[in-house]
Amino acid sequence: MRDTFVQTLLEIARQDQRVMVLTGDLGFGVLTPFIEELPEQYLNVGVAEQNMTGVATGLALEGKIVFTYSIGNFPTLRCLEQIRNDVCYHNANVKVVCIGGGFCYGSLGMSHHATEDLAMLRVLPNLQVMAPGDPAETQLITRLSYETHGPCSLPPRRRGEVRVHQEELQNSLGQGIALFPEGEVALLSTGGILANAVKARELLAKRGICASLHSLPFLQPLDEELIRRLGAASRLLVTIEEHSVIGGLGGAVAEVLAEMPGPKATLRRIGLREGFACEVGDQEYLREVYGLSPEAIVQRVLESLY
Amino acid sequence: MDTRTLALKIRRHAVQMTNRGKSSHVGSVLSMADILAVLYGQILQKRPQEPDWPERDRFILSKGHGGAGIYAVLAETGYFPADWLEGHCGQGSKLCGHVSHLGIPGVELSTGSLGHGLSVGAGMAYAAKLDRQNFRVFVLLSDGECDEGSTWEAILFAAHHRLGNLIAIVDYNKMQAMGLVSENLDLEPFAAKWQAFGWQVREVDGHDHEQLLAALKVRAGVGSPPVCVIAHTVKGKGVSFMEHSLLWHYRSPQGEEFIEALAELEDGIIA
Repeated sequence: MRDTFVQTLLEIARQDQRVMVLTGDLGFGVLTPFIEELPEQYLNVGVAEQNMTGVATGLALEGKIVFTYSIGNFPTLRCLEQIRNDVCYHNANVKVVCIGGGFCYGSLGMSHHATEDLAMLRVLPNLQVMAPGDPAETQLITRLSYETHGPCSLPPRRRGEVRVHQEELQNSLGQGIALFPEGEVALLSTGGILANAVKARELLAKRGICASLHSLPFLQPLDEELIRRLGAASRLLVTIEEHSVIGGLGGAVAEVLAEMPGPKATLRRIGLREGFACEVGDQEYLREVYGLSPEAIVQRVLESLY
Repeated sequence: MDTRTLALKIRRHAVQMTNRGKSSHVGSVLSMADILAVLYGQILQKRPQEPDWPERDRFILSKGHGGAGIYAVLAETGYFPADWLEGHCGQGSKLCGHVSHLGIPGVELSTGSLGHGLSVGAGMAYAAKLDRQNFRVFVLLSDGECDEGSTWEAILFAAHHRLGNLIAIVDYNKMQAMGLVSENLDLEPFAAKWQAFGWQVREVDGHDHEQLLAALKVRAGVGSPPVCVIAHTVKGKGVSFMEHSLLWHYRSPQGEEFIEALAELEDGIIA
């Protein structure tokens, strides 16, 4: 997804000289095609994310469309106040790109686990918060973030993600993506855990449970209409995310459901609950340890059904 | 209007606004009134009737707690009616205690949390460099703000890219929120630090208009090191009982103190 992001952005930037990429001294190899082809539209600001975000705001207020690039929590939490006060309050055309959401950098440890960022970003006014589920969604959100004026946060995952959507997506901003629209159980997934959600749905089908599956790459604006519709039509609504259940997709869906009149689906939030992930291991290992493997997702769905 | 008259008006407005709004930071505004007056009176290329004029010089008040000062100078130089100042910090007012750009012609950047303005100014200066625009970017910082790491990130960045179209002015009144800078977190040797980071530094008496004018009017331009003007100032300047007093970082002038402060400012030009 990381390479998909850079390729998509390069295609956009070739056509629009206003587009700039600022990096906080990360992206070795990944940003190379962009740097080599469009050096005037690229700037390495050094390991200084607060300044990167402020400089991006200044450039944006002068008419540029600026993508700030870094990994993990560096372009988001490290400079959260610059995002809030400078980018969001001025509705500046800055797109915060955070590579490696969730446990992408699993074995590097706690500092590199981006597992609360969506919650912290989702509450910021004016900010569109996106989390793509596969390369096709990355392409979609990169294009939409460029086409939509104003602040965005888009965390593409790192690499090697399975392509779930086989065709190019044409969804609009804020719209959930239906993979399997009908079912007694409704699965909602955000971000790179989507492939596991697909597998979990297949395993449920083998057990005779028909589940719908939607990917929600937009946490802000959220597809509330879809959530209300599924909440009214389903017995159980399950959110799946490689992120804290507090404030992320699970929190967002809980807020919508709580304000709905009944009868409505029971909500089960699958995500991270145990505080910091202190186990050492790669992304797949940590997903298993923290209950995000397809089998563990199925187990939690079954617990909620019976 | 000459710059001394403008500075006096800013000071009078500051005392009146913090009185009516029962708000803080009058000492911080009095400290920088001469800097604002020289900038808006003689330095900035501007069109108050066309605040978004693309060729204007940009000014950012990074020490956003001095909001009353920028509102006063904008009103006095024709950006909006002076009667807007009367509601400062009041219920439903356009003007809050720190700087907000929303609905206020002439404000480039909303500030209030320290350590933001120089980075944004550097981004504007970098955009001017890219687009071969001739405007300059002036950023006014407090000394306390130079405790912020983000300020030094911006200092590094601007020097590396030789943003000579960026001018940082430090209102160096030697007092921060809890006391003397030298006792809280010493900045000295301050000029040497900026120089070591690659800036051209000019030290001036921040209440001497000729010195300020001479320091601020020199055009360095893109490709030259950025410019830092360290303006040595007195917190509370112009009202004797507010000068060098930390109390007036917080206290709103009321009753006798308000009358006395305005009376001192009636006497005319500040020395």
